[in-house]
Amino acid sequence: MTRYQCPECGYEYDEAAGDPHQGYPAGTAWDSLPETFTCPDCAVRYKEDFRALEE
Amino acid sequence: MQHLAADNGLAGYVDRKRRLWLFSLMVPGLALVGPLLYMLVSPNVLWLWLSTIFGYVVIPMLDGVLGEDLSNPPEEAVPALEADPYYRYVTYALVPILWVSFIVNIAFLGLYELPWYGTLAVILATGGSLGFGLNLGHEMGHKKTGLERWLAKITLALGCYGHFFVEHNRGHHRDVATPEDPASARMGESIYRFVFREMPGAFFRAWDLEAQRLERCGKSVWSLDNEVLQPALISAVLYALLIAWLGIEILPVMLLIAFWGAFQLTQANYIEHYGLLRRKEPSGRYERCQPHHSWNSNHLFSNWALFHLQRHSDHHAHPTRRYQSLRDFPDLPRLPNGYFGMYLLAYFPPLWQRVMDPRLLEAVGHDPQRINFLPAKREQLMRRYGLSEAPLDGAGAAA
Repeated sequence: MTRYQCPECGYEYDEAAGDPHQGYPAGTAWDSLPETFTCPDCAVRYKEDFRALEE
Repeated sequence: MQHLAADNGLAGYVDRKRRLWLFSLMVPGLALVGPLLYMLVSPNVLWLWLSTIFGYVVIPMLDGVLGEDLSNPPEEAVPALEADPYYRYVTYALVPILWVSFIVNIAFLGLYELPWYGTLAVILATGGSLGFGLNLGHEMGHKKTGLERWLAKITLALGCYGHFFVEHNRGHHRDVATPEDPASARMGESIYRFVFREMPGAFFRAWDLEAQRLERCGKSVWSLDNEVLQPALISAVLYALLIAWLGIEILPVMLLIAFWGAFQLTQANYIEHYGLLRRKEPSGRYERCQPHHSWNSNHLFSNWALFHLQRHSDHHAHPTRRYQSLRDFPDLPRLPNGYFGMYLLAYFPPLWQRVMDPRLLEAVGHDPQRINFLPAKREQLMRRYGLSEAPLDGAGAAA
């Protein structure tokens, strides 16, 4: 399970926790998020902009 | 204020605007002052025009006289500025001011006999204060805390515009300065034409975004988790209570006020990105929103009254950044006056075009591929300004 961070606003997508508010339940892998995924907080960074965080 | 310069993470920076943000409370509060003076001092209709005259005459003049502020907080001071709760408290304080102002004004209209120009004055003043409410809902709706997001919904509910919180953050910021965005005005589009695209577009985009989100969540679009419905329910309860108290005659007046409030947002949307266009990349996706995709104004007074909304380029580059930390950059598209003066100009489309079209052409280097044209006016505007299609540099065609 990896965490991915928005380089603009710091929003973190944690695969273990998912983002249930956005409709991605706990355990949803980053790769299975749609390619159209944009940062739910700032909306200006696309999926490919996110950085995987080292554990 | 001196103690702020001490070792507090601000790296010696003193925010000279710190106290001045209180104007963002006082200017919207003017709508409340009119009826209070009428009821408590003298029944003179002129009092009721106070805030409207202030907005259309005094603020543009103050912007002209006080001029612009090009100063920025140094980057190392920004984390401490963002963390300082004072700035948040100023925004919280405006919520009850706007609610009390709205209810007092509606009650005033329901309980006092006014000539038509008195009623008109209250509609314009109260609608104007809802415009400030939209600005406040905008500032708080971008933040990550649950409290601020709820305060945004509660504030926007006054003017039946809670859907703005959804469509702005997840729609406008994604699509800004593209033909897909109903909240970005096109070159050659008058504000009167824009409003027919902007208002319905905002609502349906919000609804669609929530429908998609709730579908992913496995919930009905009519669920109470729908963030368009949540503030709409607050609006319905508030308006129903006011109707129960003051009679059904108050409903059309409230709707006119809500419309005038929403039109304040239309005006801001109209001027914020007029004619500016993001290029399409070979992938079919638009380039990321750059600072040159927004119009800016550094005029002091209107920025104090609007929580720095006019530093719009930095806002689009960093949407979650708080108002006190927004920065100016050199060579941005610039408006010749603050928003309030520009609204006046927008009411007269030929005048607007005369002032803004040359600025737009300069801002985009006379490159029609960087202009978001109203399709029906594209050829005409190209001829009028002697523009030619520059050779494509591998990027897709413009609008």
